[in-house]
This record gives sequence, structure tokens and C-alpha cells, in this order.
Amino acid sequence: MAQPQTQEQQGQNGHSAQGEVLIDVKDLRMYFPVTSGVVFQRKIADIKAVDNVNFFIRSGETLGLVGESGSGKTTVGRCILQLYKPTSGEVIFEGKDLVKMSSKNLRPVRRNMQVIFQDPYGSLNPRLTCGDIIGEPLVVHKLTGNKKEYRDRIAELLTLVGLNPYMADRYPHEFSGGQRQRIGIARALAVNPSFIVCDEPVSALDVSIQAQVINLLEELQERLNLTYLFIAHDLSVVRHISDRVAVMYLGHIVEIADRNELYENPLHPYTKALLSAVPIPDPVVESQREHMIIPGEVPSPMNPPKGCVFNTRCPIAIDDCHVEMPDLREVSPDHWVACLRADGYGPWNPAGLPE
Amino acid sequence: MAKLLEVDNLTTHFETQDGVVKAVDGISYSLEEGEIVGIVGESGCGKSVHALSIMRLVASPPGKIVAGKVLFEGEDLLGISMARMRSVRGNRIGMIFQEPMTSLNPVLSIGRQLTETLELHMSMTRQQALTRAAELLAMVGIPDPERRLKDYPHQLSGGMRQRVMIAMAISCSPRLMIADEPTTALDVTIQAQVLELMRSLALELGMSLIVITHNLGVVARYANRVIVMYAGNIVETSTAEEIYHNPRHPYTLGLLKSVPRLDEPTGEKLDPIEGLPPDLIDLPEACAFAPRCRFAIDRCLKESPTLMDVGEEAAHQSACFRAAELNEVASETTA
Ligand SMILES: Nc1ncnc2c1ncn2[C@@H]1O[C@H](COP(=O)(O)OP(=O)(O)O)[C@@H](O)[C@H]1O
Ligand SMILES: Nc1ncnc2c1ncn2[C@@H]1O[C@H](COP(=O)(O)OP(=O)(O)O)[C@@H](O)[C@H]1O
Ligand SMILES: [Mg+2]
Ligand SMILES: [Mg+2]
Repeated sequence: MAQPQTQEQQGQNGHSAQGEVLIDVKDLRMYFPVTSGVVFQRKIADIKAVDNVNFFIRSGETLGLVGESGSGKTTVGRCILQLYKPTSGEVIFEGKDLVKMSSKNLRPVRRNMQVIFQDPYGSLNPRLTCGDIIGEPLVVHKLTGNKKEYRDRIAELLTLVGLNPYMADRYPHEFSGGQRQRIGIARALAVNPSFIVCDEPVSALDVSIQAQVINLLEELQERLNLTYLFIAHDLSVVRHISDRVAVMYLGHIVEIADRNELYENPLHPYTKALLSAVPIPDPVVESQREHMIIPGEVPSPMNPPKGCVFNTRCPIAIDDCHVEMPDLREVSPDHWVACLRADGYGPWNPAGLPE
Repeated sequence: MAKLLEVDNLTTHFETQDGVVKAVDGISYSLEEGEIVGIVGESGCGKSVHALSIMRLVASPPGKIVAGKVLFEGEDLLGISMARMRSVRGNRIGMIFQEPMTSLNPVLSIGRQLTETLELHMSMTRQQALTRAAELLAMVGIPDPERRLKDYPHQLSGGMRQRVMIAMAISCSPRLMIADEPTTALDVTIQAQVLELMRSLALELGMSLIVITHNLGVVARYANRVIVMYAGNIVETSTAEEIYHNPRHPYTLGLLKSVPRLDEPTGEKLDPIEGLPPDLIDLPEACAFAPRCRFAIDRCLKESPTLMDVGEEAAHQSACFRAAELNEVASETTA
């Protein structure tokens, strides 16, 4: 199957740092069983949350993952982190397939992969002090050292994320949303990971606070050579922070490319619709933009359309689109699209901007 | 054009254990027939409390409208009886909230909720109301409306529920619709559908629209005029074009620089507003934005500025002592 799997296959990429491939996800599937029955649970269907997903992330880069809610973004992140055991597929991290590893062997690998969540309110234990929340991963991985080293490390982490070391003794409710997100980031950084899944890390924050956190994530990446999978539904934010971007729809990656290429020359009709739906904060630009509004809603993943999963909303679907889900194919160097009609569709004024 | 709504010195406070929260602190603005006004500002700045105050829906206690007037078609809504207010809410002003699930009754079918209002406010018979309800669902783009009338709110998606809310809000052909974060909980393609629907309905029905949102893009796409709120006050207001191209309040400027734009070159750093919005209890006599403002001078810490006309453009007002010189000062600091 033609899939973007290795750096060689994808050729050179002009934009991002030419790092080694750190994470390689191959044919990833995550099906959740739907059961019925009270005493005897019978499986009646599958939710195909992630279906045949392939991508890689290079060391030191940010791969943005966008798509509407329910498209499978969080599930992809959790499969990489081995918080879910995938139905099938491989997650190769630093050369080893994590899916096949025993939980004992996974333990040291887990240290290298951390996660930052969307909800700065729900994701922190309200009964622990900020310091103990940040220090918890150190305890779990037995990296605490003596009391002083432990406290020094926490002070160092707080400073790193722009908080004051004296805040270590406070409880989560004493912090604002933006500050809580910083605590979540400090906690993720505690064990010196190389890779972080950022799952909608700024979606719940006000714009000015959002910008503070985005800048922080960028600075930390540069300083600590971090690799990010940045999950979000805000396409402007994803464009800003990512080196490459993958677009998901109903469990599938439908397009993946370098960020400038994706935003300037989107080829999948869903990518185009998403970009067109994002309003630009400028009334003059908006009044001149062409708005492509696709009808309908995302179908249920329990009962996805036959053929291409986007065919129920696609403005250019033809009969062939109802036969099978197209594979990703490389239409120009590094630019992969899962659409039968991608080529004939031609270049398109991406965000509908006036020439 | 005639003024449809005139809000004058509207002031709403909450009595709490920690003190008085000045959620809406004396705001004034007006709205013309057919206008679409966008109200923006970060969470907690008083947008929702302002809307609830207009509708007289602020929970009291702890809330209290302590001063002001809300003239709607010439009548002060703050002075009329509750019974009369209920009829204004049903007939002349419609409201849509962020989370439709909380404003729809979970145990009544969609049809029943629509027909109830129609029977009550439009004195229709059951049958007339049912026919009209199906028409309304069709108008807001709900497929198969006759069948949908029998559905309960939980059977619908978020986008469909918001369409039902819109159908309810327009059911008695109101003159004004207030939409408080109507699409914040929705995905972008659905957000675009719902906003487009609201705009075309406003146009078709000759209805004015107040759209409350924290999304600067949404305002830019849909509003004719923009009101920027900070800490319970209006800090700037003008036409959408002026606000985005010639902002005269440092807070507006800061908001615009905080958001990445799809049409800008990549690789530039965002320029966020530092710090946090203030607590609305015990605000000192000073500009509430001064602690976060990179252009603050001594005066800003001692006096609170009021909304004043800026420049030649009489339709542009800013509550900043440095409004007139802001363009020069701002270009100096970034250069
Ligand atoms: N633990 C689970 N059990 C069953 N279904 C799940 C589970 N987690 C996610 N799903 C389903 O999988 C699909 C993808 O979910 P998710 O990965 O959370 O999407 P996203 O993060 O893009 O919003 C959704 O339909 C969701 O309901
Ligand atoms: N019931 C209440 N009791 C006390 N304070 C309240 C209450 N409702 C709102 N507030 C306060 O009023 C201020 C304005 O809130 P709101 O209008 O909801 O903000 P916005 O809609 O702009 O996010 C906030 O500081 C909020 O904490
Ligand atoms: Mg998610
Ligand atoms: Mg609100």
C-alpha cells in the first residue's frame, strides 16, 4: 500500500528541521467494541475511532493534527502513548515497536513520552499541591533523589514554565486557567521527555492567555529539543505552531503535508472546507473571501459511510467515491491526499483570499 | 435609521461573600434596526451578565441591576412588570445561549416546546402551531421537520440543537435576537453553517442581532459594528473595519496581536497581552487594563477613563487616555 512511512519515501522537506524519524505510526487501527446485553455482553458493532492511520514525526518537529470532534485525534495520541492497546498496527518509537512490548519493557520508554491535556481544570488532582502534582512523575519513575534535590527540581520546573517557585505549596484552585496549563506543562517536563502529545492544550483558554501558552510551548521546544504531536481543532493555531499538518476525518487521515503547502495548496475537499470555515480576524479580508460551506454533519463512526468517509458531505464526490476509502497517495513531494479527485481538482485559492 | 435598543449606564452587581462583583459597570450603547453588533472580550468581562440584564434574567439574589435604562422600541425594559417582560421575551426579543441543552427542556419534545410558545404568544390553535413549528424547523435547515418535531433534545446533535434554539428564538418574529456564544461549543464547519443561518435569517426577517463571542474572527465575518468589553466596561466601539484596522484601545490592539491569522506569513511569534484580567471586586479608581498595558502612564493608575470620541470618526469611541496617540506610540514600541 502506498503510504507515507519513512523519511526516504517522503523525500526531503524544505521547511522543518531534518531530524531523524522519532515516531513512525503504521496501519494504526483502534476499534472500540459496542456491546449490548445486561448479563452477557455481546459485541454488536465496532466504533472505528482510528482506521488505517499512517504518519511519522521527526525528532524536534511539531506535527499538527486537526479535525472536528470525534474524528479520532485523542485516540491517536493515546495509542501512541500506549494508554490504549491498538486493535492493530505499529507504533515505532526510537526504533522499537511499542505495541509489541511488555508493560515491564514499556516503563522506561513511557518516561520519554508525556501528555498535556486540554482541560486545565479537570486534569490536576485538586488535593495535591502544585509542587506534588509536578513531582508525581518523578516519584513514579523513582527519580526523586533526596528532599532537597526534589524541591530544587520542582522550583526549576516552575521557573521554566514562567511560574514562581513559591507557588509550589498552593493548590490547583488557587491558580487561573492559564497558570494551571503551565502546571500541566511543568509536570509533563519533569521527567525530561523527548516527545509530548499536546491534546488541545490551549482550546479552553482565552486568546491572550492562549498566546502566552503557545509562546511557552515554542520556547520550550527550542530549548529542550522537544518533539510535539499538537492536537487541536483551531486551524489558525495549528498552522502557527506546526511544521507539518495532518487532517483527520472520521478515523482517517485525509491529507498530510508541510504546513505551508497544506494551507496554500489544500487538495482534499474537507481540508478546503475546514480552511474556508475559519474566519479571519479582519472584516475587509472576510468581505472579499469566498466562503465554502459544506452541508451536513459528521456521520456516526459506528455507521460510517460506505466508500470514502467524506462522501456524504463532499461537493465533488463521484460514483467511485462510494466504492472504497481511498488510500493516501503522494500528489507532490511530501504532500499526501486520500481523495480520488485530488488531482483533477486543481489548485484552489486556499483560504478563499482575494488575489 | 431608528434606534431599536438603547442601553444607558447599565450597571449590574453581584453580592458575594468576598464583596460586590461589579460584573457590568455602567455600560451604554445603542443598536439600530437591522444592525449586527458583535460584542467581544475575554471570559468574565461581563458579556453574558449584560445580556441577561437586558432580558431581566439575572438571578437575584445574588445579582442586582443597580442602575441604568434599557430602552427597547422606546420602552424602558427595566421599569416594566414581570408579566409584560415575559411577553417582550416571547415576542420581541429572542435569545440564544452557548449550550442549547441547558435552555431546552429535556422532557418535552422539540415540537411541544415550539408549539407552547406559539400558542401562548401568538394565540395559535394546536394545529396552526404544529404547522408553523414544522415550517420553522425547515427554515433553520433541519431535514425532515415533521418527523423531527417528535424528537427530544438529547436525540439531536449539538448543531441541530442550536438550530432548534434559533427556531424557537425566531418563532414569534422578534425585532432583536441576542446570541450569547452561539457557536462556541460547535465544530468549525457547523459553526459556519449556524452563523450563516443566523445572518440570513436576520436579513430575511429584518431582525437586529447582537452576537456575543470571544472569537475575533467570527465578529470580523459577521458584525457591522463591534463593542469591546473589559472588566465590566466597554473600552472601545466602532465599525468593524475601524476596530480591526485602526484600534484605539491597547486592549483591542493586544487581542488582535494575540491571535494567529490564516492569511499572515508563518514563522512570526505571537505577541500576547501579559498578565490576567482583574478581579471585579474592589477595582481601584484607575484604568482596569493599566496593570497589563504596555502604554500605561501615571494618569492611567489614578483615574478611570470614560468612553470618548476619537479622531474625526465620531462613530469611534475609546476609553483610553492615550487613544489619540496610540498609533504612534504602538509603532514606536514595536519598531
Ligand atoms: N474509550 C472509548 N470507548 C468507546 N468509544 C470511544 C472511546 N474513546 C473514544 N471513542 C470514540 O471514538 C471516536 C473518536 O474519539 P476521539 O479520539 O476522542 O476524537 P477527537 O479527539 O478527535 O474528538 C469518537 O466517536 C468517540 O466517541
Ligand atoms: N451568580 C454570580 N455570582 C457572582 N458573580 C457572578 C455571578 N454570575 C456572574 N458573576 C461574575 O460576573 C462577571 C461577569 O461574568 P459574565 O458576564 O458571565 O462574563 P462573560 O460572559 O464575559 O464571560 C464575572 O466576574 C463573574 O464571575
Ligand atoms: Mg479529543
Ligand atoms: Mg459568557
